[in-house]
Amino acid sequence: MTTDLGMPTVASDPHGHLRGTEPFPVAAHRALADTQLRQNLGHATRTIRAKRAAVVGEVDDWEELRRAGECVKADVMARLPELLEQLEASVTARGGVVHWARDAEEANRIVVGLVRETGSDEVVKVKSMATQETGLNEALGAAGIAALETDLAELIVQLSDDKPSHFLVPAIHRNRSEIRDIFLREMPDVDPDLTDEPRRLAMAARAHLRRKFLSARVGISGVNFAVADTGTISVVESEGNGRMCLTLPDTLITVMGVEKVVPTWSDLEVFLQLLPRSSTGERMNPYTSSWSGVTPGDGPQTFHLVLLDNGRSNVLASPDGRQALHCIRCSACLNVCPVYERTGGHAYGSIYPGPIGAVLSPQLTGIDGPDDVNASLPYASSLCGACFDACPVRIDIPHLLVQQRAAAVEAHGRPTAQDLAMRAAAAAMASPGRFSLTERVVKLGRLLSRSGRIRSVPGPGAAAWFGARDMPEPPAETFREWWGRRERS
Amino acid sequence: MRIALVATCLGDAMFPQAPRATVLLLERLGHEVVFPADQTCCGQMHVNTGYLDLALPLVRHHVDVFSGAADVVVAPSGSCVGCVRHQHAMVARRGGDEKLAQAAEDLAGRTYELSELLVDVLGVTDVGAYYPHRVTYHPTCHSLRMLRVGDKPLRLLREVRGLTLTELPDAEVCCGFGGTFAVKNAETSTAMLADKMANVLSTHAEVCTAGDTSCLMHIGGGLSRLRSGVRTVHLAEILASTTEGAPA
Repeated sequence: MTTDLGMPTVASDPHGHLRGTEPFPVAAHRALADTQLRQNLGHATRTIRAKRAAVVGEVDDWEELRRAGECVKADVMARLPELLEQLEASVTARGGVVHWARDAEEANRIVVGLVRETGSDEVVKVKSMATQETGLNEALGAAGIAALETDLAELIVQLSDDKPSHFLVPAIHRNRSEIRDIFLREMPDVDPDLTDEPRRLAMAARAHLRRKFLSARVGISGVNFAVADTGTISVVESEGNGRMCLTLPDTLITVMGVEKVVPTWSDLEVFLQLLPRSSTGERMNPYTSSWSGVTPGDGPQTFHLVLLDNGRSNVLASPDGRQALHCIRCSACLNVCPVYERTGGHAYGSIYPGPIGAVLSPQLTGIDGPDDVNASLPYASSLCGACFDACPVRIDIPHLLVQQRAAAVEAHGRPTAQDLAMRAAAAAMASPGRFSLTERVVKLGRLLSRSGRIRSVPGPGAAAWFGARDMPEPPAETFREWWGRRERS
Repeated sequence: MRIALVATCLGDAMFPQAPRATVLLLERLGHEVVFPADQTCCGQMHVNTGYLDLALPLVRHHVDVFSGAADVVVAPSGSCVGCVRHQHAMVARRGGDEKLAQAAEDLAGRTYELSELLVDVLGVTDVGAYYPHRVTYHPTCHSLRMLRVGDKPLRLLREVRGLTLTELPDAEVCCGFGGTFAVKNAETSTAMLADKMANVLSTHAEVCTAGDTSCLMHIGGGLSRLRSGVRTVHLAEILASTTEGAPA
């Protein structure tokens, strides 16, 4: 049941699935105790990290490529409205139809309407973050339209009524034997002797999907890159299932976040080098499908492009914050994040997990008061900076985390206990006199010490530290006392 | 050279051995150290918890105290120098104080973490230290990824007489401290700490060292709770130790 995972069947929030139902520390508590999850994540992220490091290491001009990616994206953000209008004109000129959706709800309404027009009650889907964001499958389901996810990992997630926990490997939290059990339970005509051998699992999924590819009349996809001057849409995937969805149905409906546009074809050159090495740790992406509008007699004869805002205009309005829109969803920051590795993606609530999700989700939704669960996301990081180093387009995620923490503090309204503690600390540190008084108070901690260490102190918040760590006894002499004594002698 | 010391608030109040060792080491190398007594805190905790408005007076105070103190400023802390170098001007600009932002940038350009000062500014890697112990080094996140100190601390440690340096597995992974992160997300922080401690213990080192008292407080707090028998010692203390013994 999806409801067990804290996600309503049909998203009631107009933003879709950008918010969970509980703050990060509460969700993380459960994830941290799940030893199977910890094993699966630890193994998977370690493997991808090593692959990425190897293929990134062999590119001499990797840093220049990162800078190129950053520059192209900065240029796109600087003239996004103009590029989107250009994209609309190019797509329309090539026989496509462009729709504009303000939020998740509107995007879903448009897509449901378009599918209904075809008379079809089923669609095949290419893995797409944008439609996960809008909760499209639930909206289609409510309209009596069955949506079949065709990406293997996405299929695993869908069959088990789960939700994705990673951009690239949505079922990263599952291991092979769990996947076998899901297939045995949920695929009606699967071989009962199915083993957990990857090849056998892939063949089972292939048999399951193949029939649908041949019968489905509507395909739904996301977008990796949309070229403004040619109206070309590009989808990058590894299995070829995506290409089936993009080429076999009569009607193709593509949903894209507005930030996915790039100015020209030659800009793809940069991203098609950055993306595979950063995401799957491959030199070249296996299936890169590109199409421009409609080609008579070849592929879908009706093509709709839905441009999704859903908070992106608000993000764009922040000169600093807009770099979060540079993200190409490679998931390198997830794989290197020590927090993500231990809690997994579900703890973030939003469909966008990990370091980039911890900034992008609250940026897209805004922080709605002190109880907004998304206010906890920017704090789900030790600010270690590994995400920035891994980011192929150099998004300064640590800086954005601090910025979103400031936004969370501003949303407090009435002062919280943390606000009062921070104000007291700031007051104590703003003047040398008060600071030395504070040091004398700290020294009282010596009274709590047993053989040079403190195991606990009273007071709120202290338990969080002392649950797993001691504190040393405060020194008999502070540094400034030592310095003063030395100066006098 | 005349060098102004940022003792850091945590170093001053809780871990005075680190700024003391910094003073003794630099004096032994023939430099003059000054300690501007009005210093308090760089404001890192406020900045990184999102209290940028509250941090503004702390930034202003830090800049006021240190701007005229000496040509070169040192702190035995990667994260405090990281805050000075990469956040002070941002906090000032956000508060609409461009003059302060420029003064902060000027000061940031003259402020060094200890291993940077020694290797880049003073040009030494052999500081004449003697420390007969088995040591492993944890490169703290902010010194590594904000300051890019690289292998400077290791180059300094390799020259220390008597010291056996053991390589820490997964050294570059965060210990889980992260300032208020350790309290706000205590369980995730603890999970990270558990792995860091396991790696430290796997080296069979007797001492775990780093260039930041805050990370050492975290790792050391965990190792102490486990009664592991491994202690945490600031890099400055090792470099200040001689055949005469450890600094007082």
